[in-house]
Amino acid sequence: MYNSEDFRPLTPEERASSEIQRPSKTYWADVWSRLKADKLAMLGLFIITVIILFAVFAPVFSRYEYDEMDFNFSNDPPSFTHWFGCDMFGRDLFIRVMYGARISLAVGFIASFISLFIGVIYGGISGFIGGRCDNIMMRIVDVIYSVPAMIYVILLMVVVGPGLKSIFITLGISYWAPMARMVRAEVMRLKNEEFVIAAMITGASPSRILFRHIIPNSMGAVLVTLTFSVPGAIFTEAFLSFVGLGVSAPMASWGVLSSDATEALAIYPWQLFFPAAAISITILAFNFVGDGLRDALDPKLGK
Amino acid sequence: MKIKTYILKRTVSSIITLFIVITITFFMMRAIPGGPFTDAKAIPNFVIEKMNERYGLNDPLYIQYGRYLLNILCFDLGPSYRYEGMTVNELIADSFPVSFIVGGLALLISLVIGIPLGVISALRRGKWQDKTSMIFATLGVTVPSFVLASAFVYIFAWHLGWVTVGFWDGISTAILPAVTLALYPAAFISRLVRSEMLEVLGQDYIRTAYAKGLGRSSVIYIHALKNALIPVITYLGPLTAGILTGSFVIEKVYGVPGLGTFFVTSINNRDYTMIMGVTVFYSAILVSFNMITDICLSFIDPRIKLR
Repeated sequence: MYNSEDFRPLTPEERASSEIQRPSKTYWADVWSRLKADKLAMLGLFIITVIILFAVFAPVFSRYEYDEMDFNFSNDPPSFTHWFGCDMFGRDLFIRVMYGARISLAVGFIASFISLFIGVIYGGISGFIGGRCDNIMMRIVDVIYSVPAMIYVILLMVVVGPGLKSIFITLGISYWAPMARMVRAEVMRLKNEEFVIAAMITGASPSRILFRHIIPNSMGAVLVTLTFSVPGAIFTEAFLSFVGLGVSAPMASWGVLSSDATEALAIYPWQLFFPAAAISITILAFNFVGDGLRDALDPKLGK
Repeated sequence: MKIKTYILKRTVSSIITLFIVITITFFMMRAIPGGPFTDAKAIPNFVIEKMNERYGLNDPLYIQYGRYLLNILCFDLGPSYRYEGMTVNELIADSFPVSFIVGGLALLISLVIGIPLGVISALRRGKWQDKTSMIFATLGVTVPSFVLASAFVYIFAWHLGWVTVGFWDGISTAILPAVTLALYPAAFISRLVRSEMLEVLGQDYIRTAYAKGLGRSSVIYIHALKNALIPVITYLGPLTAGILTGSFVIEKVYGVPGLGTFFVTSINNRDYTMIMGVTVFYSAILVSFNMITDICLSFIDPRIKLR
């Protein structure tokens, strides 16, 4: 039994100890603070930002146009007037590499977003419905998986013809299978969580539960996959350009620039160096961010 | 489930996969606007008509499709539209052995480089060996293969004069292309083995093995490595796929007369039967390779549930 001597008011210190000292962090703020501690990831993010800024603004401030030919400067080495030198038509390579950044990054992002869109819907539905429907849908993904996407991409490019738009579409509809698998796994994991059951009890419709409750919660894993699929798309586009299925002249992606440069590599090696370095640095930066993001989202993995 | 049923099931699903690939390829190629003989050069209409008739392109689509399927069943991929008097089979038979040598060598090199690097960096975690091999691994996955190939040609062929490129002379000319092709997978494998090795080394059975008084090397090489290599076997399928597709570009840069070079040429020539044939051929290789690795894996790792 208790009596009144057992009770006394809290001392001020005791009262303070139960107070929350700092504002509570949301999940994403937590991830961000972990990501900020990762130096390589921040370096990657910095590089990507710089490249995007250059891609957007360099053509605006440049003295040259990407398709401006001047045969007086044909194949000039790098100099103060032409930072990266000139190509065989005397076009300034600096501005061409910057324009290439626009195209390569656009391909990377747009193709990834298309595949993200398809993959999230496909994987989400497959994982959410489950059962036989899931079985059939995943069998289809298995079939797609067993043949390398590059072969579909080449076939599709042959069918729809070269060009920027066809690259977006082709890459988008060829690379959604990994995304679909990943989203499905996430949805399967999440669909028995309490918050989903709570949503069901409140009477939310299945599509609302899937797209408003489950998928936003799997965004972390989706984001990681996305940071790896953007450089993948840039890589693939460069590869396609090299095979002769890339964007058409006078536009040029980094792949087209490197491909053009290999023809005169023995005499003008710098023509290959700049676009190749641009591709490698970008891919490296995305890899850093992806690795950092993965560790930040799942702190158990890194340790 | 019995292993026999598993193999049977796996075979059936592989055949279905191949069938779907063939069907998709066929209809995609037929969906291209304009026939295969529409060209920049004006060919008289009656010639096109004759050619269409010669290749059976005037028949209804389902008959063409049925014929194509039947021919594939007899391993006949049809005539090439561009190489006069050659069949796709002959073209593949001529060029694939070359690709096979380069690709096989690349596969070997990637394993021989990748596995030891991964093991060393896992054992020397955080030391300079780990850091150097991980720098190599990161560079290996970021530099595009065609850039590497061009740089190698520039350095080794033109600058140093160690090798000659542009012609085929057996294994000696295969080494440089194979190394180029192997760098990406080697880098990937070393990362894979490193993380797997670290994971395995932390497990209880390794501690048990030490506790039994086994030596360090026998624990690492017999107990740990064996399990750490399982993901590498799983990766063999994508690895082969990567080497196959990588060969398109590498062979072109080095001037290796392999199937990759022919494939790229046929893409640029719009040689549809050749494109179809090579696609089907590659898919057949990959699908059977995937099947074999899956079956091997089910023998090696009893934990893998046979579905």
